[in-house]
Amino acid sequence: MPVDYMTLANAKSRGKRPQYFEDPATERLLSMLLTTVQELAVTRERLDTIERLLENKGTLSKAEIEAFEPNRDEGYERGLAHRDLISRVTRAVQQEVEGMRMDDKAPDELAEEFSKE
Amino acid sequence: MADEKVIDIPPAYTVVGKHDMMAKANHDETARFNYLVNMNKYLSSVLGAGNKLAYDTRVLPAFEKTHGRQPNHRHEIRRAMMLDPYHRLWSAMRRNTMEQRQQAGRSLVLRQIDELVEKAKSYNEGAETLVFDDSVELPRYVAGVDHHCMPGSYHTELFDEDVSAGANYDAGLFVTTGGALGAYADGGGQAVARWARNEHPDWQPKRILDIGATIGHNAVPIAQAYPDAEVVAIDVSKPVLRYGHARAKALGVDNISFVQMSAEDLSKFEDNSFDWVQTTMFLHETSNASMRRMMAEFHRVLKPGGLMLHIEQPQYDDEMPLYEQFIRDWDAFNNNEPFWSKLHELDLDEVFADAGFSHNECFHTGVRAWADPEIFPPSQTGDEEDHGRAAVWHALGAWKEGAPAASKEKEVA
Repeated sequence: MPVDYMTLANAKSRGKRPQYFEDPATERLLSMLLTTVQELAVTRERLDTIERLLENKGTLSKAEIEAFEPNRDEGYERGLAHRDLISRVTRAVQQEVEGMRMDDKAPDELAEEFSKE
Repeated sequence: MADEKVIDIPPAYTVVGKHDMMAKANHDETARFNYLVNMNKYLSSVLGAGNKLAYDTRVLPAFEKTHGRQPNHRHEIRRAMMLDPYHRLWSAMRRNTMEQRQQAGRSLVLRQIDELVEKAKSYNEGAETLVFDDSVELPRYVAGVDHHCMPGSYHTELFDEDVSAGANYDAGLFVTTGGALGAYADGGGQAVARWARNEHPDWQPKRILDIGATIGHNAVPIAQAYPDAEVVAIDVSKPVLRYGHARAKALGVDNISFVQMSAEDLSKFEDNSFDWVQTTMFLHETSNASMRRMMAEFHRVLKPGGLMLHIEQPQYDDEMPLYEQFIRDWDAFNNNEPFWSKLHELDLDEVFADAGFSHNECFHTGVRAWADPEIFPPSQTGDEEDHGRAAVWHALGAWKEGAPAASKEKEVA
């Protein structure tokens, strides 16, 4: 069946949705945050499954996982991975900082300017 | 290891009863339900306590200061609470969790819809126990709102022979109720069947009508309790009937027929033709006028000595504190259950009386969902009732023309 099940799964239910916050953007942000938390929980459960299976098969033990200490290079790689995630998640904040350093004009101001030049 | 007595964790989705019609959840889909069931429980218990705290410490004092009196109606409390930042945030989180549950169920079901449709066909093909009637009009109380934020509700057909609404409903009942309905989400039907057999051991209903049956999850345990009885499960929505019929077959239950029919018009059934008319968490999804038409029909089709039984959340009466009424009303205003609030303030005995049941034929009793204690150990924190969602209900019933006196009925448990 040629169906975009993802878009269908996301469908809105009939009935006006209550507004809980003054700013609709806050509603959307909370929705995205809660779904992100959900997906993090899903990933952690998957990781837990992998750890338990590895332990059951005798490949490694949970104690080994807890005791694991990366060497210097490994520590750097893992730090880099954290930095990468933080950077992605805080993109909007970084852009706000950059924006404070820029003399940005609004599109209508630019349109006005470009229509003259 | 956390102390299980202190931290009450719902069972994992993997303990949910798996019948052949059920959508098959992969690892991450299972984990998603596990997260959602825990989130629901956390919202109702740990975070839910914040609502009463906000009410007692700031909302009520502010109300008293402004009005010089206490609130005199649950709606006054609701309007005041909807201005409180904690209650707003909690409500937004709970609404989102419901929407996420729907999304999770739909994505699980829709990615495998072809297989589910084929499987339902294999169970349903040629069956005389699945009856559709295209002349049945979708009532406004179904068409006008998607109950509990379920996109497309019970009736929308996305494809030919669609069963997705039923499969999604079945997959997610566990999540919304924190597993309290048992392995097959049938704790309501289990409870009434056990009550009928224990309290009325000599009563052998031969023909039973289950109203607003959806996927038949409450009709199945009744049919199993009375294997010689003929159970007729009616609903207006095709996708849930299709799924429910196949689900009952997959569970090996053959004495239920699934019929597309509105409870407002039972004209295909003769007067005095059923021993038992049952609704389970159904009336709150109807409307005032339609419910009164249904009651008259229930009275008409019941045999003398027959039982009418409705399972709902408790009615709001003068005994119930206004704050409790307000918090029990949450789903009405936040989870697309518009008639919920109105239904729970009605004097249903009067509604029954208008339909022809005399007052001394009517009774009220408590109901607690039955779930296998091996899989679902009783809650260790039982005091923290999830108001409006808990599997602790109220039974309102009537024995037509006599039979056991009202006040003598024991709790349904």
